[in-house]
Amino acid sequence: MVSRVTDDYTSMVTAGCRAVCEPAFWAGFDRKSARGFEDYFLQLTDYEPRRAKKFLLPHFCWLCINPKESEDVKLAEDVLALIPELLDRPNVLGIGEIGLNKNSRNELRVLEMHIQLAVDHGQLILVHTPHLEDKLKGTKLIIDALKSFSNIDAGRVIIDHVEEHTAKLVLDQGFWAGMTLYPESKCTPARAVDMVELYGAERIWMNSACDWGVSDPLAVPKAGLEMRRRGHTEAVVDRILYQNPISFLSQCPKFRLEGEST
Amino acid sequence: MIDVAAFLDRVQRFGLDDDYRVQALKSAMQELLSASPGRVERVLRAMSDATEEPVPSATIQGAFGAPRPA
Repeated sequence: MVSRVTDDYTSMVTAGCRAVCEPAFWAGFDRKSARGFEDYFLQLTDYEPRRAKKFLLPHFCWLCINPKESEDVKLAEDVLALIPELLDRPNVLGIGEIGLNKNSRNELRVLEMHIQLAVDHGQLILVHTPHLEDKLKGTKLIIDALKSFSNIDAGRVIIDHVEEHTAKLVLDQGFWAGMTLYPESKCTPARAVDMVELYGAERIWMNSACDWGVSDPLAVPKAGLEMRRRGHTEAVVDRILYQNPISFLSQCPKFRLEGEST
Repeated sequence: MIDVAAFLDRVQRFGLDDDYRVQALKSAMQELLSASPGRVERVLRAMSDATEEPVPSATIQGAFGAPRPA
């Protein structure tokens, strides 16, 4: 994880994490050219899996230009041109995290370019939805954009950062719903467990935010603890925290975990 | 609840009681006293941008917690 220290890898493995899936995301600053992304993609597909391996943690990633840097369409076109030749890298799972940030026309155009790229190359898709006041509108625009592609298989798309007002919208359209957990903002472990109780265990997963801001690589194990506190069975905890992610990710033939038959 | 009360006192003390985000917060807080389940979804919807069309351009990258007045 490019924004985390090696202690985080140690903590994750100690807590029982079996793999890390890192989306291409905002670096905390806007990159000035496609060359910055070229280096970043090499970091995600070459250096970072080797670093994680030292801590016995298989590393997978997703590639894209993230929505926060998608207002510049020319930059996005240049970055997207880099991606096809990297899709065969052994740890690349698909295109992501694409989506919207401020719900602008250019962001939407770049989202559509990414979806087309994923369709053309048969890739899984990981989608980021905007935050706070922009989330509901952005989620609706993203669903409309995905649905405008007649050959999109909703079961191969996960729409992330769902909250209580967007989870059902996503699930009702056949997509997977991701809940990214934060310790003190956005979706907390307790609220994520609430949503599991409200919407069920089908096509839903949790992941820990591990970015440049206040975030916690152990948020998912802590959500498991919250589920056990509420009396959920080990089978349900295992399904949400482990089996569901494996089900979705195994649609990419490169996703394999040692000891799993998927 | 004490933090929220302190926050409302603070913004008033600094003359920001009319800020659109404070107004949106106060409006959404009415849901907390509702007897019906679904409070969190209604609060989130109350703080959401209700427009449907993409904005012409992204002039900022962050979010504020409530839609800015037109």
